[in-house]
Amino acid sequence: MNAAELIAAVTERFPKAVSSSHAYRDDATVTVSPESLVEVARTLKEDAELSMDFLMDLTAVDYSTFGDKGSPAFFASSGVSVRPTNLIPDEDPWPGPPESGRYALVCHFYSSTHKHRLRLHVSLDEDEPEVDTLCELWPGANWLEREVWDMFGIRFKGHPDLKRILMYEEFEGYPLRKDYQVNKRQPLIGPVN
Amino acid sequence: MTITTTTPDPQAADLSTRDMLLNIGPAHPAMHGIVRIITKLEGEQIEEAEVEIGYLHRGFEKMSEQVDYNGVIPYTDRLNYVSPLINNMGYCMAVEKLIGIEVPERCHYVRVIVSEVSRISDHLTCVGATAMELGAFTVFLYMIKAREYLWELVEEVTGARLTVSYCRVGGVKGDLPEGFDVRCAEAFKETRRVIAESEGMLLRNRIFTDRMEGTGIISAADAISYGITGPFLRATGAEFDVRKDCPYAIYDRIDFDVPVGTTGDNMDRFLVRMEEMEQSMRIVETALRDIPPGPVMSDPGTGRPIPAAEMVDLAKMGQIAKLIGGCAVAGPTLEGSGRAHRPGVATDEKRVFLPPKEDAYGNIEGLMQQFKLVMFGHGVRAPEGEVYFPVEGANGELGFYIVSDGAPGAYRVRVRPPCFAIMSALSKLLTGEMIADIVPTFGSVNMIGGELDR
Repeated sequence: MNAAELIAAVTERFPKAVSSSHAYRDDATVTVSPESLVEVARTLKEDAELSMDFLMDLTAVDYSTFGDKGSPAFFASSGVSVRPTNLIPDEDPWPGPPESGRYALVCHFYSSTHKHRLRLHVSLDEDEPEVDTLCELWPGANWLEREVWDMFGIRFKGHPDLKRILMYEEFEGYPLRKDYQVNKRQPLIGPVN
Repeated sequence: MTITTTTPDPQAADLSTRDMLLNIGPAHPAMHGIVRIITKLEGEQIEEAEVEIGYLHRGFEKMSEQVDYNGVIPYTDRLNYVSPLINNMGYCMAVEKLIGIEVPERCHYVRVIVSEVSRISDHLTCVGATAMELGAFTVFLYMIKAREYLWELVEEVTGARLTVSYCRVGGVKGDLPEGFDVRCAEAFKETRRVIAESEGMLLRNRIFTDRMEGTGIISAADAISYGITGPFLRATGAEFDVRKDCPYAIYDRIDFDVPVGTTGDNMDRFLVRMEEMEQSMRIVETALRDIPPGPVMSDPGTGRPIPAAEMVDLAKMGQIAKLIGGCAVAGPTLEGSGRAHRPGVATDEKRVFLPPKEDAYGNIEGLMQQFKLVMFGHGVRAPEGEVYFPVEGANGELGFYIVSDGAPGAYRVRVRPPCFAIMSALSKLLTGEMIADIVPTFGSVNMIGGELDR
């Protein structure tokens, strides 16, 4: 199925759960509500037309500083103003980040039988972002969700063993959040005693 | 060969037993890169194995947000550091998909050729290391020797053996040097000889086959549910190769086979990798035959060669008339990146790729293009959007998910590491095996720390 057909297939099965969709650069993308994530994922896996047997990737994006960097309009030291390079234009522009919700959980699915891909977005709020785990459907989600917890602090309800995977246990904070400074150091120096 | 073990019944012999916790710690000669396996043992059998990773986490994704699009390329080199060209290519093709530009056909061919050479060197390293850990030191050295020939090829093209930074957004750094196909054929002759010798030494060796056959078995359904791709999955019988199923660059035009195993044990993975090396060599030979011709620097028809230093001096003195139509003759580092080779290896989109140095020094349009891409406040600015682009890495599907907000750098770069999925299944693979089986199983995982932990 191509991108448009995939989006139509998912939207007709879950008309209430799907809030938006697009096919930017031919990548079928569907935004669903957090409560319906597991149900939608189960249908994606088990429905014969969709049969997404691979959970390729599970990650998150922090949209809190989206569009902030832009391009400086002038050189601060000299006050000379310059026109930055133009944004390369787009005939079919991207709809944009979600209006509400600081985080988006992004899941990429692939079907080895039909050879099509789908991306699911789940918008999550800033305080205590939580969503259900996909571990029962795909055991590979175990480590992927641990990494999202480690890097973003998004909790997964029902995860068997949600602990940090890339950072050490005593680490404080969630590194990939936009408010975590890139040059902050938390060296782990030897045993306590 | 099946091994039956009988553990004495503790009740009958009136003994108390306790499981032993063995920590195969981060620093261990058999752990490629750094990974920690905490095993709970009952005699020699592993009851439980917990795998701890993250010792090589360097914050690739956080750093990618701080630099611009081309600045991420040296970081991608250091992901799967035994096949850096595949990572470069994956990232650059993802950004090109986001921006919506196409590279010239010759550039696709060049990228595929160097990617496949990189893939062969990755498989040589993996197979050689696995053999060494089972005691076959000679095989390891022979394969490293073959890898040296391939790295000499890579050094000719890119300038470096390992941390290459060869691809750019919109093309590659420079064209293939002259005589590349001749030297490539020589290197492949050596590699084929090494592969044949290694097969002769290993495949009928009782020790090797007993340790590799029947160990580390995983079924295709289990592998798919863990998200495992690449030679690990193909050894179980599932035929999924990104180059065939979701073709990119010019893979749909090249005829090659994808080896698929049957049982999913260590021996099948070894054989799949050996055969994949042969298929990669076949791809490179086909590509070198079919590559669309590019202009050659020394061809008098393309322009008068001027030594680069002289050209720069003339340009600084403003004597542009003497430079028109000239092509700089540069040393080996900048060879293949001059005006003569530009149309073959880079897109003409001015907002993305640097001009050839002859234009940057020679005319005002080139200077403006250089300025708009290099100076602070300017640079490649992709439109707002998100893309996911998968390529076939040496370990499986290597996907780049890039989100852009119109700034001069990426907003979020996520790399989907193929060996992350395989390592998450490692504890399941090791449960029920014996300690000695950890070595071939872990060797066939081909865990690369840079890719796993980023």
